Amino acid sequence: MKHAYTWGAILAVVLASTAGDVLLSRAMKKVGDVGTLWRSAGLLAVAGRILRRPSFLLGIFMMAVSFFSLLFALSWGDVSLVAPASASLTFVANAVAAKIFLHEHVDHRRWIAALLVAGGVVLLAA
Amino acid sequence: MTFRKYLVLAGVTLFAAIGDTFLARGMKQVGNVSLHGLPDIVFSILNPWVALGIFFLLGFFAAYMMALSWADLTYVLPATSLGYVLLTLIAKFFLHEQVTTMRWLGVVLISAGVGFVTQGPALTRHPSRHNQRDREPEPVGTGAEP
Repeated sequence: MKHAYTWGAILAVVLASTAGDVLLSRAMKKVGDVGTLWRSAGLLAVAGRILRRPSFLLGIFMMAVSFFSLLFALSWGDVSLVAPASASLTFVANAVAAKIFLHEHVDHRRWIAALLVAGGVVLLAA
Repeated sequence: MTFRKYLVLAGVTLFAAIGDTFLARGMKQVGNVSLHGLPDIVFSILNPWVALGIFFLLGFFAAYMMALSWADLTYVLPATSLGYVLLTLIAKFFLHEQVTTMRWLGVVLISAGVGFVTQGPALTRHPSRHNQRDREPEPVGTGAEP
């Protein structure tokens, strides 16, 4: 039961955090460069622009789901398994999702980077 | 990419690693949470270590949102994965855990991945058709130079 809980929670973390990352990235690209905006319009205007994005709010919600799934997973499994497993799977899932949903140019350099990082994170658990 | 932008990426990395360390410590004190007691998980934020972890993760989130406003998701994620290297160093030197050869190899792989992605452009330029649909304001700064 311990393993089922742990891996179920890890899967929930991966799916929710990938959805959250994609939504947040989409929202922030539409808001535009925060640094430039901050200097020209002020912090409140930046915050207002970000908070009005539905994809930002939905992204936050998915991140909250992912966060509590992570707490749940951590309470069952070792941090040395839970953290690397959910993180490495999230890197690969994010590369796929960013290409499909955000139309990012994921060239071989970025694939290699995502796989190296995912592989490295797995080794950290070994 | 300017020096200020690299600082933001460093902030993402540092705050995430520190926040996760505190969270892990707090959740070990809270103990196992069962499926039946799932609502109780909300109260785990009352643990001081969990609360401190959340504080750092808020800092992480602000820096992360900044980074995502001028860089691709597939750039920011690998670029900030040095946090795992940092976590390993924290485990080795502050928590006095034994770090095996395999883990050091993992550290090397992650560092290589970070090197790979930061060599490339930070932001995808959408030349024609995605421009209107995906981006209302044209993003500032090319991010193309290393």
